Amino acid sequence: MSSANPLTSSKGPALTNGSGAAAMLAAGIGSFTLAVLALAADKLAPIKSALVFYKPTGPLSGVTTVAILVWLLAWVLLEMLWAKKTVAVGRVIFVAFVLLGLSFLLTFPPIGDLF
Amino acid sequence: MEITFRSLWTIIHGMGFGALYLLACSGALIELYRLTCSSAPSESTPGQTRFLKIYLVTMTALAWAAVLTGAYVIYPWYRATPPPGTVDLSMYPQRLLMSRPSTSGWHSLGMEWKEHVAWVAPISITMVAFVFIRYGRDLVNHKRLRAAVLGFAAASFLAAGLAGFFGAMINKAAPAQGGPTIHLREGAEK
Repeated sequence: MSSANPLTSSKGPALTNGSGAAAMLAAGIGSFTLAVLALAADKLAPIKSALVFYKPTGPLSGVTTVAILVWLLAWVLLEMLWAKKTVAVGRVIFVAFVLLGLSFLLTFPPIGDLF
Repeated sequence: MEITFRSLWTIIHGMGFGALYLLACSGALIELYRLTCSSAPSESTPGQTRFLKIYLVTMTALAWAAVLTGAYVIYPWYRATPPPGTVDLSMYPQRLLMSRPSTSGWHSLGMEWKEHVAWVAPISITMVAFVFIRYGRDLVNHKRLRAAVLGFAAASFLAAGLAGFFGAMINKAAPAQGGPTIHLREGAEK
């Protein structure tokens, strides 16, 4: 039995890190957009009514639909830009996790109520 | 033995999709950790890697099914507005929760957080599945991407766990009721 990790390629990475970094940053952007839109819909009546895409679900329908569209658009654009590139993935991941963390915090009502 | 149409959908949403997702998530976290962070030699075969890809795609489908049924099937029943003068609020869970100080927090904190944070779960796990499918066995050559994939999977688990906890507590305090009654089995007479 070989002691080497069979997943490890001795030739180094076959793919650049750009595609993975693009997917992660887009997920962070999508989550953060959702939190900002939820906050905006809670505080501003015109935005709340503009985000009612499906009346029985109320503004949640617009908040989530727009956030998903922003997420997918950001993903497509970043994928087009970075797919074949090697990027500074540490910084990209840091930003993605900051956005993800903010989305948890901003959707938490006691924090959202501070704005 | 019978169940209402709304209760059945609540079970499908919460236990069929949500709880199954949480169970699957705990398994995925262990497997992703083993595959990506363990310093011990991995014995994973291409077949096992393929299995994990299918597992992650199934998890992604469960996560999306949970939030979509939650937002477009259950939530409209939850937030329905009662006609003026309605005294019995049992068919209007949001209003029932808000009518008592002892339960209003389940809406103002629980549902207000759950209805938004839950969506982080499918967004994160979709990304995790994509990255794992895209890179496959080459992911082991990208240390930072591996760690981030694990982090996003953990965030997805946290978001789904929060949504599941508040969903269960809200349904306990003010269950979604109504709709046609489905008879499952005739009970024996006493």
